[in-house]
Formats: sequence, structure tokens, C-alpha cells
Amino acid sequence: MAKPILQLENITKYFPGIRALDQIHLNIYPGEVHALIGENGAGKSTLVKIMTGVYQPTNGRILYKGNEVTFPNALDAQRAGIAAIHQEASMFPELTVTENIFMGHHSGKSGHVDWRSMKKRTKDLLDKMELDINPDSLIKNLSTAQRHMVEITKALSIDADVVIMDEPTSALTLKEVEDLYKIINQLKDAGKAILFISHKFDEIFSVCDAFTVFRDGRYIDSGRISDSSIDDIVKMMVGRSLDKMFPKKKAEITDTILEVRNLSKIGIFKDISFSLKKGEILGFFGLVGAGRTEVMRVLFGIDKKESGTILINGQEVVIHSPAAAMKQGIALIPEDRQDQGVIQDMSLTHNISLPQVDSLFPFGVLNKKIEDDLTREYGSLMEIKAASWDVNANTLSGGNQQKVVIAKWLATDPLILIMDEPTKGIDVATKAAVHSFVSEMAVKGLAVILVSSELPEVLGMSDRICVMHEGVITATFSRDEADSEKIIRAATGHDSIEEIV
Amino acid sequence: MRELIKKREFTLLLLIAVMLMLIVTQAPSFVSPENILRIINDTSILIMVSIGQFMVILTGGIDLSLASIIGFSGMAASMLNQYFPDLPVILILFAGMGIGTFLGLINGVLIAFGKVPPIITTLGTMSIFRGFTFVMSKGQWVTAHEMTESYMNIPHGSFLGLSNLIWAGVIVSLVMYYFMKYVRTGREIYAIGGNKVAALFVGVKENKINIIVYSLVGLLSGLAGVMWTARYAAAVNETAIGFELFTVAACVLGGVSIAGGSGTVVGVILGALFLGILTNALPVVHLSPFYQLGLQGVVILGAMIINTLSEKRNEKKLLNRRLQ
Amino acid sequence: MIMDRKKSEGSKSIVDKSRLVDESGLNSRIVSFVTKWEFILVVLLLLEIVVFSNLTPHFLNTFNLLNTTFTFSEKAILALPMIFIILSGDIDISVAGIMALSSFAMGYASSQGAGTGVLVLIGLCVGVIAGLFNGLLVTGLNMPAIAVTLASMTLFRGISQAILEDQAYTEYPEKFGYFGQGYIGDSMVPFELVLFLVLAVIMGFVLHKTTYGRKLYAIGNSSSAANFSGISVNKVRLTNFVLNGLFAGIAAVLLTSRIGSTRPNIATGFELEVITLVVLGGVSITGGKGNIFGVVLAIFLLGYLKFGMGLLNISAKVMIITTGALLIIAVLIPGFMDSTKARNKLKRQQNLETTEKNLNKGIDE
Repeated sequence: MAKPILQLENITKYFPGIRALDQIHLNIYPGEVHALIGENGAGKSTLVKIMTGVYQPTNGRILYKGNEVTFPNALDAQRAGIAAIHQEASMFPELTVTENIFMGHHSGKSGHVDWRSMKKRTKDLLDKMELDINPDSLIKNLSTAQRHMVEITKALSIDADVVIMDEPTSALTLKEVEDLYKIINQLKDAGKAILFISHKFDEIFSVCDAFTVFRDGRYIDSGRISDSSIDDIVKMMVGRSLDKMFPKKKAEITDTILEVRNLSKIGIFKDISFSLKKGEILGFFGLVGAGRTEVMRVLFGIDKKESGTILINGQEVVIHSPAAAMKQGIALIPEDRQDQGVIQDMSLTHNISLPQVDSLFPFGVLNKKIEDDLTREYGSLMEIKAASWDVNANTLSGGNQQKVVIAKWLATDPLILIMDEPTKGIDVATKAAVHSFVSEMAVKGLAVILVSSELPEVLGMSDRICVMHEGVITATFSRDEADSEKIIRAATGHDSIEEIV
Repeated sequence: MRELIKKREFTLLLLIAVMLMLIVTQAPSFVSPENILRIINDTSILIMVSIGQFMVILTGGIDLSLASIIGFSGMAASMLNQYFPDLPVILILFAGMGIGTFLGLINGVLIAFGKVPPIITTLGTMSIFRGFTFVMSKGQWVTAHEMTESYMNIPHGSFLGLSNLIWAGVIVSLVMYYFMKYVRTGREIYAIGGNKVAALFVGVKENKINIIVYSLVGLLSGLAGVMWTARYAAAVNETAIGFELFTVAACVLGGVSIAGGSGTVVGVILGALFLGILTNALPVVHLSPFYQLGLQGVVILGAMIINTLSEKRNEKKLLNRRLQ
Repeated sequence: MIMDRKKSEGSKSIVDKSRLVDESGLNSRIVSFVTKWEFILVVLLLLEIVVFSNLTPHFLNTFNLLNTTFTFSEKAILALPMIFIILSGDIDISVAGIMALSSFAMGYASSQGAGTGVLVLIGLCVGVIAGLFNGLLVTGLNMPAIAVTLASMTLFRGISQAILEDQAYTEYPEKFGYFGQGYIGDSMVPFELVLFLVLAVIMGFVLHKTTYGRKLYAIGNSSSAANFSGISVNKVRLTNFVLNGLFAGIAAVLLTSRIGSTRPNIATGFELEVITLVVLGGVSITGGKGNIFGVVLAIFLLGYLKFGMGLLNISAKVMIITTGALLIIAVLIPGFMDSTKARNKLKRQQNLETTEKNLNKGIDE
């Protein structure tokens, strides 16, 4: 067997107050696709940043092509031949496709920028990937999927020996995913090493040769994909089997509480119609950028709709602000917990009372006791683990922060609870707790919309599933008729609703 | 062609043309070559310094101290000339630029390594640099008869029929245009303003860019300081007070996004020219010079509102094209 | 002692407990108190008093200390609503411009024979309208506050300059002089100072004890999270700008009354001094952090620094330099302390880690 091209030995990384990686090992071989598997928060992204020179390891060695190396800067890693497709938005929206691809390694001699050759190379690269994108377009004018493809093109523009792909398929359609697989195979044949990060097992099993599993910042195990089963890997990844993950209880589904008719927002989503009953959990599945979050934002009054009607208990309602949505009994647990869910530099008490400050204190004067009582009640209900209720939210782990968000909305006593990716980036235990909690609330008559990109979650929790693709609901399935294949096909636009019906 | 029309620079050019036409109906001589040259001469300093401010705004910062840098380096250069009249003026010119660069570097270091937000840093150094100007001059002025003829000739001398000041403006404009479009470092300034995280991922060093940008503003302000004091044949302690706001105005007029990441050198030059024409047109159309400030406020606000509204319309158009 | 090594399946979270460092020790609490910015300001203020009273006998003199507040009361009053503005992540550079416009309006009304009451009313109304103008542009069109107020500053002062040219209004009713020159009863306490203190108490109450204040902090920390929590972010921001206009109107009344004249260049440069006070008081320029106590301390610190240096015949220019330096230091030092703290924490973590490993080794063997 060939020698590994990249070896990570005993890599440890501290951040103030937290140990993100603890003596990690990883060996990547040329001509192989290596899967890095772990839940969100397992330390995968930190490791990627270390391999690409964005972070420096606190301890441990990196061996590249047999020599010990350090990458003090992203450029050094790039020059050495390590390219990455980052998960985070790493584009320059105001600049052109060409420049996004070449930023940091512009063509041209001694600091001069040779636009003509850059444009030509961009055109060639895009042609090679069979992408119909103008090299002169500004990134902000491209769709989400196009941006991801540019991001992939960018990584390929460096003639790298190691290509790191951090969840590259999250926004791609089926056709684009197939194209990506083709590219991966070409790279493999050319003897490149690929590190493929994903938590979608079908993907991992169709393109990867070997795997390494992380959990809680620690190395768990590695092996050959051909020698392993999904179950084995899942067990390593979560430290337990999956059955307990979706403790779905039978809830009594009664009257329709929410009805949405032909909701449209130009360029974002079109003719969205669905209904939601008390006690029901309605799943919303789709690719990143399919328009699910945007529909929920309109329902919660963050954005304005262009047309369509929203009925609650049969009455048409106007929701022009989140405050108005709250009056109708709607609560939204937003997609971006860090930036939209909690206020990082505020205490848990202040976070939890925030949505209700006006109704809790009708004369505008704060009363500590009322707030404390509210926090204690809902904080303990959600079993939030914190040193006290007065610590700032940013001292909590992701899972506990999410519990704070749920507690703050539960405290408003909602009738309809919209959860947008409620378990993104939180640990397994909290994930299971959130699931069982949602299930219990449904039993008590709460109507729930569950927006999720995780197919097992949607399948495991929902009574019905709406699938969106490019701003349209392409299919709706009941719990019994839903299966992963049907849902994926609908989500990637392979079946229009007519074909399904 | 359609691409050209869509560009903001084109809109601004059109606006300038319309303004000129309106002025011509009142005073045909306004567009005579001599007068046009006079306006460009008057605006050259604003153009140079605004390009500096543009780079700073592009990175998402702001430089409130550049007027104080103009004042300090202008005073320093004038005093050099006063006390060492035999010193070649070219050396004084370089000294002025060097002093400006140094002051800019102080800003850059505080911002890059001290992690002090640009607005605070430059608000502070605005006072500090201005205070040291007074300390250095002991509150005295350097007046025309204390300056040598050759010093005052730095901006006034001419070459090929254009004043040195215009040449300076033209050279700075061309160099900076080239720098921002065809030099890697120039493009990296766009990267920092556009998305700091992404810039980090591709190895663009934020600290390095900040140091370069603030030093460059210092350099341009130093140059402007020499030009300013020599042109008006006086170095007073209050030189250029409030000028930082005009440079921001020129940028905003030129379509530079105050949040950073977008804008062009050409736009900024046009924005500065627009302000220059406006100032020069007031007496011609029989408005008292006291109207200048207010009119500027109206024009800048108007330009900003139009920019904002047209951007919103563009976004909507874009959305309409998607998902048909 | 600090790290809890207990590993129960149930308490495992994204960052399991063993990956966190506890900070509730007495030492770290003392450190965090002493390094509080308000504490440093109090120390500086005391230091200032000790130094100046040793250098000059005229410093520690009740009449002088009270009377010198005339020189900074207007700026102090302007600093109060500026706290709200900066706390919620905005900025208003136009305050001095508003004062110029408001003073101009009062001057004009006075020249037309308006009485004291009407003058005050006009002064405040102009301030409110100007603030509303700013607020509507910032919130309605979603334009950056710094750009809007930069332009409106030019506009407000420009209006007064266009009409007043190089003239001045100098005729004001005799009673009007009380606001900026008068004392409370027969005491030595200036009316301006009392007004400032009363307003400071009110604004402090609003900031720290009401839902409005809570919303300001929420918006300043994360306007999107505040919006998602049902807070009308733009309504609060608009109110801030109107409030700022109102206070600029009050300051205009005081300043016009104190100097008894209106010129277009009145209050030039106030905006930067006011922002300096707020930042020096520990309010974060990026929003979300700060309190009224720190700003009030900064106001007296800077005001008496100027007074003391004046008594010692130190040039005003040195004062300008000191102010600028203080402003930068006020941000530099807490930032530096934070990063040192973080670095120490990292070190502590690593040390703990090694001792723990050795311990574990010992147990294993």
C-alpha cells in the first residue's frame, strides 16, 4: 500500500475555555477518497481549518508527503497543494466569478494581476465542469447551487494534491451531485487524495474508500468502507444506536389550526399551500436554498409576502411583524441559533424573557422576580445545564443554547411551533431530548412545523412531509407512504408533483 | 454597451453632464477650457485624498484623521521650508509624504494589532495629530513671505500647460486606478471588505492590508498637505479641518458602499469632481457661497437615497428573473 | 477542583463538561472586578483629584468645581441619548448640526420678538424634527446611520449658514439667559448641572430598569436575534434618533442661552467630543455593551481634567491630545486585558491537562 500523503498525529486544539480537538489522528492516502465522519460539533471543521492553515494546532504534528510541516497561513497550505471547499459562505458577493476563484492566488507576475489569463482559465474550468456560468457575473447574482459549484471550481483551480470537501453537496441538485461524483473520480484517478466530509451515509458509501470517525473532539476509529456497515459507523459516530433518536409518540391529530393558501414571494417561493392540524408534526424537507426557511420567515412576519393568504382557525390573518405572529400564537425557532436564536452576550434570564418583555411588564418597568420565575419554570422544564440563570448564553454549549431558544418560545405559550433545523449542530443527547420533547408537546395538542435537512429526522418525526424544490412544494407525503427515495427525488426536482400523483 | 449604461459611474457621468448643462444656461463661459482646468485644479486635492478614503471604506473602516494628517504634514513641510530655505523642495515634498505615511502607519498599527475599531482610532488620532500640529508650530502660522518661491511653485508650476497640482491629481488617479485593478494587493483590499472570513480562507492577511491601506491614506494626505499649504501660501494650524467629511461624501457620491467591499476609483474621482463643480458653480449661478454647505448636504443625501432605491429595484429585478 | 471529570452519558453535550473551564473561583472574580472599566474610571478620577489638588490650591474649591461644569454640561446632556444610539449599534454625527439649526431657529424667532417659553419650545421642536428626519432615513430606507447623519449634519448646519451667512443673532430675552447662566435659587449650583443630573437619572432608569433599555441591549448585541424575538427593532432605533434630536434641542437652548448668540458655526465639533465621552465611558462602539454610570464618570473625568490643566496653564492643545489618547486607550486596554485573559485561560487549561494526565497515570499504575 502507498504511503499516506497527509498524516495528522496527536493533533490537539484549544480555544479559550474549550478543547476542540483531543489528540486526533488522521491518515489520507493518494488516489483515495477518505470520509471524515462525525456529528456537528465533533471537531471536523476545526480540523479542516488546521489542515488548511487557518488555525494552528496547539499540540501535535502534521506530516505532508513524509515531512513535518506547519502552515502558518492559508496561503501556505494552498501553495503546498492542499485545497478546500469550505462549508461556510466563503465567497465575495460583490466580486466576479473569476475573481472569487483566483482571490489569494491571482495569476500574473510579481503582484500584477493578469485578468485575461484568469478569465480564460476560469472559462476553461467552468467548461470542464460543464457549468453555464459567465466568468464576469457577480457572485451575488448567482443562485445558491451555482455558488456552491463556483466554490468547488475554486478548489479545483489550484492544482492540489489534497482536496478537502466539507459537506459539498448540501445545496446541490441530483444532477450536480452526479457531476461532482464524476469530478471526484477523475481526481482519484489522477492520484489525488480527497477528504470528504459528510453526514449523509448514502453519499459516503457511494464515493468513499476509507473513513475516520470523530466524536466530541476525539478520534474514535477508522477503517475501510467496504468492510463496514452503516450501523457500525453510526454507532461509532453517536455512541449509541439510532432507534432511540426518534421517540415519536402517537398524538391525537384534531382540528386544522393553520392553513396557507397560494403564498408567494417573487423569486423566492411560489404558490405554497398546506395546512396544519393540532397535534400534528408537519415536516418540511428540501435542499439548502429550496425556500423552506423563507416560507417560515413570512409566516412569522420577518419578511413580507407578495400574495396569498394565511388562515388561523379558519380566520384570515395579517402577519406583518414577529410581534403580530406571536399574537396569533406562532413561535419560530430560527435556523441560525447563534445569530437569530439567542443573544450571546445576554444572561439566560434575559434571553428567555425577551419575547415577552412587553406583556410581562405592561408598564415598561422590569421586575427581576417575575423574570426569574419565568426562567426557572421553563429553564428547568428544558433541563438547561448552566452554572446559573445569570450566566451569558455564550458560555453554554450549542445544545444548551438551543434549549434556551426552545424555552424562550415555549414560555410564550404558543399554539403553532415552527422549528427550523432545530437539531443542527447539537449533540446526540440533546437531539434526542429535543425530539422527545417535540413529540410530547404534540401529544398535548401543539401544532408543529419541522423544517429539516436531515432525512432521518424528517422521516422519524413527521406525521406528514412537504417537500420543496426551488421555491415550490413538489410533493406531500403521509407518514406511511414516505420513504427516502421518493423524498430525495422530489427534493432534487426529479419528479414533478404531476408525476407523483 | 448595455453593461456600460448599467454601471454607476455612467449614471454619475450623466448627472455631471446634466448639471453642467444647467449651469451653462446661466453662464456659458463655465465650460470654457480654462474654467474646466481651474475646477480640476481646485478639485485635485480632494480627488487624491478621497481615493485614500475610498480604500479605507472598502475595507469596512473609515478614516476621520486624514484632515489632521494633511494639517500636520503641511505644517511640518512648511516649517522645513521656513527654517531650511535652501533645502531642495523635492526633498520637502518627500518629507511631507513620509510624515503623512508615518502618521497613517500609526493608525494602521493601532487598528491591525491593537484591534481598536477604525472609527475610534482615527477619531482619537484626529485630535492627537491636530494637537501636535499646534504644539509643533507653537500656534504660529507659516505665511507666504516665510515660504520660498520654489515651495509655493510645487502646485503652481506647470508642465505642458497643466499645473503641477493637476499633474499630481492625474498621476495619483492613474496609479491608484492601476493599483486597485491590476495589483494583487489592491484586489485583496476588496477581499477584506467583501468577506473577512473568506479572505482568511484564501490567505489574505487582514493585518497586512490594514497597515498598507492606512499608510497609503497617510501618504496621500501628506502629499495633499504639502500641496495645500503651498497652494494657499500659508500653513495655518486649522488646515483642512472638516475635510475628512468631504472625502467621505465624494466616496458616497461615487457609489462606494459605506459597509465596504464595493466601489471603484473612477466612481470616487467622479464623485469628487461632482462636488468640485458644485462648489465652483455657486458664484456663477449667483448663489452666495454660504449656500455651499447646505447644498452639499442635499446633494449627498439625494445621491444616497437614489443609490439605495435603485439597489432595491435591482435586487427585485434579479429575483424576478429567477424562478420564472 | 476546577474540572469535573465525571462522565455521565446524560450530561454530555456538544462540549462535554470536561472540555470547559470553570471560572467561579474567588481569584478570577476579584480579577474581573478590578479590571472592570468603571472601576478603572473611578480610580482615574480619584487620582486626578489628588494630583490636581496637590498641584494647585484652586482645584479643590466648591465654587470652582461647580462653576466649571458650565463648560461641559451641554456635551454631558448630549452624551445621554448618544449612549442609547451607540448601544443599539447606530451612531449620530449630526448632533452639533441639529444644535446649529435649532439655535438658528430660536435666534430667528427671538429676532421676531418671541418670548422665552416660545423660544424653548421652538428649540426643542426643531431638534425633534431633525432627529425624526435622521431616524426615518436610517430605519425607513435602511441606510447606514454614519452616512445619513454625516450628510444631514452638513444639511442642518448648511441651512443655518445659508440664511445667516456671516451674521449672528444676539438679541435674546433677558429671562432666556437663565437656562445657560443661572443658578438654582441662591446656591452656587448651576441650573445646567442640575438639569444634566436629573436627565442622567431618568435616562439611567430607562436604560437599566425598563423594557426599553432591555431592548436596546438586545438590539445592540444582535439586531437579528432581537427581531426574531418579536422586538420592533426599527421602532426602537427611530425613537433613539428622535430622543437624540430632543436632547440636541435641549443642549441648543442651554448653549444659546449661555453664550447669548447664534452663529452658524455654533457647537462645531461637539459630535466628536460627545462620541468620545460615550466610548471613554465604556460603551462599545459596535453596540450592546456599556452602562450610564461609566459615561457619567467619563464626563466628570474629562471635564475636571480640562479644568485642572487649565488651572495649571497647560495649553488647550495638550488637552486635545490627551482626549484623543484617552479615547484610544479606553478601547485598547480592555481589548488587551481580554486577550491576556484568554491566553492565560488557555495556559491554565493546558497545565491542568498535564497534571490531570499525570494523576490518571498514577491511578492507572
